[in-house]
Amino acid sequence: MIPLSYFFGLSIILFVLGIVAFFIKRDLITMFMAVEIMLNAANLAFITLAKAANSLHGQVIVLFVITVAAAEAAVGLAIILLVFRQKKSIKAEDMRLMNG
Amino acid sequence: MTEYFWLIPLIPGASTFILAVFGRWLPKKYVSWQACLSVFASFLMAVASFLGLLKVSPENLPIVKSLFSWIVSGVFSTNLSFQLDPLSMIMALVVTGVGFLIHVYSVGYMARDKGYTRYFTYLNLFTFAMLILVMASNIVLMFVGWEGVGLCSYLLIGFWFEKNSAANAGKKAFIINRIGDAAFILGVFFLLVNIGSGEFKAINAAIGGGSVTQGLATLMALLLFVGAIGKSAQIPLYVWLPDAMEGPTPVSALIHAATMVTAGVYMVSRFNLLFTLSGVAAQVVAVVGALTAIYAATMALTQNDIKRVLAYSTISQIGYMFIGCGVGAYAAGMFHLYTHAFFKSLLFLAAGSVMHALSGELDMRKMGGLRKYLPLTYPTFLIGAIAIAGVPFLSGFFSKDAILTHAFVQRQYFVWALGIMGAVLTAFYMFRLIFLTFFGEERLDSHAKQHLHESPRVMTVPLVLLAFFSIVAGYVGLPVVFGEKANLFTRFLEPVIKPGHKAQLTVSMEWLLILISVAVALCGIYIAYIFYLKSPRTPHVLVSRFPKIYKLLYNKYYVDEIYNAIFVNSAIKGSEVVYDNFDLKVIDGTINGTAAATGFTGQLLSFLQSGLVKDYALVLLLGVVIFLGYLLL
Repeated sequence: MIPLSYFFGLSIILFVLGIVAFFIKRDLITMFMAVEIMLNAANLAFITLAKAANSLHGQVIVLFVITVAAAEAAVGLAIILLVFRQKKSIKAEDMRLMNG
Repeated sequence: MTEYFWLIPLIPGASTFILAVFGRWLPKKYVSWQACLSVFASFLMAVASFLGLLKVSPENLPIVKSLFSWIVSGVFSTNLSFQLDPLSMIMALVVTGVGFLIHVYSVGYMARDKGYTRYFTYLNLFTFAMLILVMASNIVLMFVGWEGVGLCSYLLIGFWFEKNSAANAGKKAFIINRIGDAAFILGVFFLLVNIGSGEFKAINAAIGGGSVTQGLATLMALLLFVGAIGKSAQIPLYVWLPDAMEGPTPVSALIHAATMVTAGVYMVSRFNLLFTLSGVAAQVVAVVGALTAIYAATMALTQNDIKRVLAYSTISQIGYMFIGCGVGAYAAGMFHLYTHAFFKSLLFLAAGSVMHALSGELDMRKMGGLRKYLPLTYPTFLIGAIAIAGVPFLSGFFSKDAILTHAFVQRQYFVWALGIMGAVLTAFYMFRLIFLTFFGEERLDSHAKQHLHESPRVMTVPLVLLAFFSIVAGYVGLPVVFGEKANLFTRFLEPVIKPGHKAQLTVSMEWLLILISVAVALCGIYIAYIFYLKSPRTPHVLVSRFPKIYKLLYNKYYVDEIYNAIFVNSAIKGSEVVYDNFDLKVIDGTINGTAAATGFTGQLLSFLQSGLVKDYALVLLLGVVIFLGYLLL
């Protein structure tokens, strides 16, 4: 039996990796993937707790998160594609139309 | 039918509502029919109520119809209720009867005006408001009517509001009326506070029961009378009435004869117990009336505008009505109101007909010799003039004589003398008007002469009817010499207006007074005849001999100029100071300052809006860290 802390440890590592990647990478697709990693780190934590507490609630939430992530991926990738067509670039710094 | 008397004001009210809401989609013909028939229906209702009222015994008066409870506030409550008694009956008959004829006349007079529907809406509203005023059973509802006629006068005087002078005249009428109304509403408050009810019945009972002291009565009566001064155009608030000529002529007839200016006389008669109790207030009413009667008459002497002469004559005649009220002869005052309604509306409508014939010409110097061109307008105008001049056997004679006789009986010799002098002047300026307009050489310009024509029948028939009433209306109030019972009018009013002291004059004295009245009227006419027909040079000689007096009269004693200099200009100056200092600096400063502060803050904080996703994410992360830190630690 693997202890619960291992799972949480992995989850934390993944989450921090996602944050770090989000901040140090410059192109949108990688930043997007970083967000996905963070989501899945959260999923891992949920599923762990669901298994430990022997409850379905955590699993249900995970299913929701996966659904939302899928939708988000579809929309997000489409946006990135359109941005690329406009700007010929997918660098985050190139997009600052909202600069005050 | 008497029990349905409360429909009298409501029929024109309903018609106003329909015209105001749906008027723009209604055809012109329908508008005229509805406007006239609604007033006619209400007139028929008034006649039916009158016949019923004759059978009601005096102790059952007034008949009050309460529609619903209107204002309930603490101990004070007021119903929306109407009342019928001889006083309101006479007013209702005059308002609807004369008002109806004016409506009919307007159909012809306004036929080609583009504001036709609007005009009839206002006209109906005017009738409605005046009927509310005279039939209200409490002072609060009366005040609604009181303000209603003020509003309508504003709307109708400024009817041709594209013309600057008309818009200004409307404003003038409205603002001057506000001055009187401010005092009036104070009087109403005093009445409500001290008597605890606005119902006329309760007020009369309180006064009759002796629970009102004389000083309080004087205060309330004088405040109410200031309101009447404004509404009935007496010194010093008369200046709006001559300017009211800017409105269409039938409106002048309505304002001067049936509605509006008579409201003050009605109100004073309605509170006759209050004024009689006060004594001082009644004396003030008599003196103001007498001064106005002669003062306005002198101004009418030199005016060349046909409608202005009539306007000043109205002010003067209302002065006579107040003399009647002031000397305690309320019935005589009301009687003059009633006869005046006929001949004054007749004079105005006939003047309108003259204007109509001359393509809008108002200046008497450009008329003359019109008698053969206007075969119906001329005799009716003449009848009106004879009636107002006080020549025997026409209505004006009986009512004016009744007022002056009562003034004499009450030993108000000063008031009586002013009244007699005013009567000479009245006869003079009316016949000056007649001679200049209808007699003598023709001074028309060629353009007007080409279009010279008698008015259509819809305008002349009301003239003929009014002329008929101007002749016969006086016979319901014969002088006392024909017996105590001869004055049906006074006897009809007795339930409301208690007869004062019985006349203590001998029969020969009565006849002497009547002879004096007749003599002054004929004398005035004769002077006018000499001045304007026999030797037309006389006026010019007089003018060149007394140029100062002439100029003073011609410029109406410079009252308008004085008022402008003292009140209007100081108000304008004061407003400018307030505008410069308060409006521009305080109000605008506050608003502009708020905007500037917002913009400045925005500029300061705009560095937060970098447009970079990562910056926003960092803020988010920081937020989460702080939040978690707060939760965990």
